[in-house]
Amino acid sequence: MVRRLRRRYAAERRFRRLGAAAVALSAAFLAFLLITMLAQGIRGFTETRVTMPVDLAVAGLPIEPARLKGRGADLALAGAGLEDAVNRAATTAFGPDGTDLLSPGAWITVRDAVKADPALLHRQTMFALPVASRFDVAAKGVGTPDAEAVVARLRARGVLSTGWDLGFLRDADATDPTRVGIWGAAKGSLLTMLVTLALAFPIGVLAALYLEEYAPKNRWTDMIEVSINNLAAVPSIIFGLLGLAVFLGTFGLPRSAPLVGGLTLALMTMPVIVIAGRNAIKAVPPSIRDAALAIGASRVQVIFHHVLPLALPGILTGTIIGMARALGETAPLLMIGMRAFIAAPPRGLTDPATVLPVQIFLWSDQVDRGFIERTSAAIIILLVFLLAMNGLAIYLRNRFETRW
Amino acid sequence: MNGAILLILIVGLGVIAWASTRMRALGFRRGTGARASSLPHHHGWYVALWTVVPPLLFLAVWVATSPALVTETVVATPAAAQLPPPGFERAAILSEARALAAGRAHGAFHALSRTLAPAYDRAQTRFDWIATAVVLLLALAGGAYAYLRVRPDFSARTRIERVVLGLLLGASLIAILTTAGIVASLLYEAGRFFSVVPITDFLFGTHWSPQVIDPRDPGASLGAVPLFWGTFFIGAVIAMAVAIPFGLMSAIYLTQYAAPRARRIMKPVLEVLAGIPTVVYGYFAALTVAPAVRQFAVAIGIDWASSESALAAGLVMGVMIIPFVSSMADDSLAAVPSTMRDGSLAMGATPSETITRVMLPAALPGVVGGVLLAVSRAIGETMIVVMAASGVATLTANPFASTTTVTRQIVDLLTGEAEFDSPKTLAAFALGLTLFVITLLLNIVALSVVKRYRESYE
Repeated sequence: MVRRLRRRYAAERRFRRLGAAAVALSAAFLAFLLITMLAQGIRGFTETRVTMPVDLAVAGLPIEPARLKGRGADLALAGAGLEDAVNRAATTAFGPDGTDLLSPGAWITVRDAVKADPALLHRQTMFALPVASRFDVAAKGVGTPDAEAVVARLRARGVLSTGWDLGFLRDADATDPTRVGIWGAAKGSLLTMLVTLALAFPIGVLAALYLEEYAPKNRWTDMIEVSINNLAAVPSIIFGLLGLAVFLGTFGLPRSAPLVGGLTLALMTMPVIVIAGRNAIKAVPPSIRDAALAIGASRVQVIFHHVLPLALPGILTGTIIGMARALGETAPLLMIGMRAFIAAPPRGLTDPATVLPVQIFLWSDQVDRGFIERTSAAIIILLVFLLAMNGLAIYLRNRFETRW
Repeated sequence: MNGAILLILIVGLGVIAWASTRMRALGFRRGTGARASSLPHHHGWYVALWTVVPPLLFLAVWVATSPALVTETVVATPAAAQLPPPGFERAAILSEARALAAGRAHGAFHALSRTLAPAYDRAQTRFDWIATAVVLLLALAGGAYAYLRVRPDFSARTRIERVVLGLLLGASLIAILTTAGIVASLLYEAGRFFSVVPITDFLFGTHWSPQVIDPRDPGASLGAVPLFWGTFFIGAVIAMAVAIPFGLMSAIYLTQYAAPRARRIMKPVLEVLAGIPTVVYGYFAALTVAPAVRQFAVAIGIDWASSESALAAGLVMGVMIIPFVSSMADDSLAAVPSTMRDGSLAMGATPSETITRVMLPAALPGVVGGVLLAVSRAIGETMIVVMAASGVATLTANPFASTTTVTRQIVDLLTGEAEFDSPKTLAAFALGLTLFVITLLLNIVALSVVKRYRESYE
């Protein structure tokens, strides 16, 4: 009897530990994922620079000072052979392999400095220029042996330094990992989300109001409810197929445009908003409606003056969560062509664009080792946005939610 | 005059109509002292809607039809007599002339387009003026009609509220439209696919290699059974082997054992797992998990293991699904009446015995429904398999071998360089249709199971 009891208690403890282990392992996986991304991503925000003298006076670039002002300056400097001048300076400083040492975008740093101060054209200046990707990776500790040897030599000369890569936050996609930036994709995401919000929020709220406050119990209402519940569970890639067939195929809207991406994601987000909205509206007690009706308000007045304002925090929470999901969505956008290589941030809703998650996907496909850190850095930015949105949703819920 | 200015004009007229009618309606109250059936702003909105909506409807129609009208006018001019017969060249010249006239292009490839440009310009200007005139007329006529009807006893409110009701109904119909759009577009494209490839070849063929399609017998290389198997294997077997034990045990621990404080902290932590974008999971699977799985396979003696194994994708997918299973199990356990639990404990059963012998059997339908929903989500999941699984279709039950899935193939088929009408592209829609039908069935079954179970305890 005692032995049997002891065995049962042991089983009890085992079971309990199993449960704790399941929770702990899940949390550990989350922690592992986040730490991996953070550890790699932090390096993606920095760049390795090499300090070297660039003597533009020797290069003697044929440029009239007048052309250095205004919008033609970039073209003028490129046309005058600034890139060659910088490469020659690298050869002088580091020998015949010096040119390979620099990032293909290194001369742009010099160009911007010259634009800011044309006097640099006539003297020798020390510049800290970004190094090429393979040496950048080596300096961060995971390069090929020969690149690491070069880095060790440079470090011994004391010319290597590390700094924040501001270009990463300012530029768009590029072919070289030292020149890529996240701003193009971020702006694409922003435009896409604007379209999504502008469509999904009003439609979702109005549909939720109709279903909760007006809808008669009949076959149509049932059909609407069933289709909303099903849409919420349809795989996202199906929405991509819909966007491809209808928005691109039938309506002939431009490929890769934030407009089409926003439309597609709006169809996906709307059911989420409707479901959240209905729950929020259901939570408004009937006594409020009855009171308003009793003093002579019409149905529309009851809804828009009383029910909607009271349900709004709940609706907003649901909307933000739906938008966060749309922001992280990749598959439907691949279907409508937002996976093109786009080297300039979109200027409008119909410009070709890409979005943050698709940019992550595109970079993850690159073979160049330098892209791994950049991908993780982009993931960090995406996660920060999502965290901020979810934080806002939780704050709204705690701050404004009323328990009746 | 371009569209933006017209729009601003219409909105401006609407605002004027609203403000002036409201002033007038305010006057009623002061003048007669009669009790109006509507508030002044109701009257204002009534007139503003009559001012704004008809011109907007007209503009919508106009935008769709006017380019054809303009082209027709241009073609009727004498200069257009030299145009080549209808065809690609004619269309190219006309569109070039249009671009020239609009000032969007500076040079012209065809000389003829330069002579046609002024005609285009004239026709465009004329039609623009017509549009402006019609818009103004409609706005003024509508506004005047409505303005004249505004009297103290006119119930503008009921009319406004009817419009609002229509708006609400219209918004909720969008959901039906979307569903109909999905079904129609998938059915249409898949129908075109099945007119080329026999449906039996597609559903029962065991060879999938869309890269090389024999034009005489496209069905021979478009048999989707390996894809269905891969999808089932990754999504319903491997992923569930991770998600069910972890999700279920987490739910049991958090609802039955954990202190309220621990529960308050751990539940959101698990939910974060569901909020991480799938592309991040995919990257993690491809970069960290897949090489680790391969190393493990090599270590236990399978030296041909693929670095795009089904196991890596399935494991990560399973982790992604944990919070989903956990929250469904949580709900089902919470719905078991506490009397059953208390009864079992009072009989001397330990908590674990109560859970496994009383509560779980009682909650089983709910848990099964939740698992079905989780499966439906797993097989529709795209990015993890696109990034971590393989693109090569093989019929194998070895978790270390490479398998592909339906979603992965849809992405591969549609992002390649292929024209829209090839069987290769259309196959993606057939796969999409299959996926849609299967997830729909899973959802319907799961929801009905969950619902029936809930009812039985209420």
